[in-house]
Amino acid sequence: MGEAIVITSGKGGVGKTTTSANIGTALALQGKKVCLVDTDIGLRNLDVVMGLENRIIYDLVDVVEKRCKIHQALVKDKRFDGLLYLLPAAQTVDKSAVTAEQMQELIEELKQDYEFIIIDCPAGIEQGFKNAIAGADQAIVVVTPEVSAVRDADRIIGLLEKEKHMEPPRLIVNRIRNHMMKSGDMLGLDEITQHLSIELVGIVADDEEVIKASNHGEPIALNPNSKASIAYRNIARRILGESIPLQPLEETNKGMFSKLKKFFGVR
Amino acid sequence: MKKRQNVTIKGTKDGLVLHLDDACSYQELKRELDDKLSQTLRAQEEGRIIAVKVEIGNRYLTEDQREELKTLIRQKKNLVVDDIESNVITKEEAKALRAETEVVTVSRIIRSGQVLKVPGDLLIIGDVNPGGEVIAGGNIFIMGTLRGLAHAGCYGNHDAVIAASQLRASQLRISDCLNRGPDHITSNEKHEMECAYINENHQIIIDRLQALIHLRPNLTRLEGGH
Repeated sequence: MGEAIVITSGKGGVGKTTTSANIGTALALQGKKVCLVDTDIGLRNLDVVMGLENRIIYDLVDVVEKRCKIHQALVKDKRFDGLLYLLPAAQTVDKSAVTAEQMQELIEELKQDYEFIIIDCPAGIEQGFKNAIAGADQAIVVVTPEVSAVRDADRIIGLLEKEKHMEPPRLIVNRIRNHMMKSGDMLGLDEITQHLSIELVGIVADDEEVIKASNHGEPIALNPNSKASIAYRNIARRILGESIPLQPLEETNKGMFSKLKKFFGVR
Repeated sequence: MKKRQNVTIKGTKDGLVLHLDDACSYQELKRELDDKLSQTLRAQEEGRIIAVKVEIGNRYLTEDQREELKTLIRQKKNLVVDDIESNVITKEEAKALRAETEVVTVSRIIRSGQVLKVPGDLLIIGDVNPGGEVIAGGNIFIMGTLRGLAHAGCYGNHDAVIAASQLRASQLRISDCLNRGPDHITSNEKHEMECAYINENHQIIIDRLQALIHLRPNLTRLEGGH
């Protein structure tokens, strides 16, 4: 029996889809059998980020309306040997095409065959959100260090806490710009975690490589040299139950002089 | 042997007190009251209006019966009912009374979009986040940070107060008064252990928590204290 994790945020544009793609990829890299489910019906793009757009034949709505079998709609990611699949969202209809009960049934069925089901949730708190969380056992809330994103995350956490079938939600702070956090122009990590008071499962630095990789249809988690990639891989390992300390946000390639200064305790 | 009187009239310095026996039937009581008032008050027909307090002991009167007695007494020219005092109340009234005076303890975070409303006092162990609302008929005490909206004394109690470990509310309301937070919060102000109350000028004032000891002594509910 697999575990269904919904990736949500309330606010749009904080990186739900990128996070879903990378957590899914990182879990598959750990040898887990993963299915990504895009519930953003009408505005799908998890397939684009994964670079699987041109392989879609059937979609989620086809499955719930029984026009095809579930395995016919799943798109296999060739980069992983049968470990990573994607169930794409429909593009021609909207969120009301699916009910929460149908989603629950669908996720339940997927849980028989996969170890992890990563559900990419649409922005907002309406039907699309309700559908996305209906079948999930866990939730990860993505937030950026902005006041508006934190407000929306707070609202979402309140809604998730009311769902009796789910474990308490966990948090990812995405797009951290260290210099802005230090100067106080961005919300600090402590401020965010204190405000939302839920468990922090990972932090991801703002990295141009992430955007580049997404545009190429290759999740950044595949690139072992990027900081963001390591962050996503660490998140995956924490989901698997390992305890890994948070990555330091400071730049690592400081040069000899600053290292010496640090050694002698000069500020 | 003359039977015991069901209606007795006593004169006090505040006016007349009508004591109505609680053992007889309501019909009997009404008849006797009518009789009694007709004979005894004939003497002072030209006097001024006299306030009457009615004591009914352990009898429960419905709203209609109360009205009936009031009209009955009012008909006797210069009498007017000031108050009807009974030793008994219904279960519903008792429950409402308890709800108004009890302190409800809630141990959770009130998040954006959530509204918590209680008829009496509210004690929150946790934070109230921006966009969250807590509303109470009485006082609000928050052991945590208040960043959202708090409305104390929502049914018009001007004596209600709001107290928090950290008072950084976006808006404070007490009864019909309103106060909003500053537009720019300077982070070095700590706002620890503060309270809000309405002063004589009908304005919400923020002060140290300890100020309440003198301003609202009624907050003490220790046994025997009133």
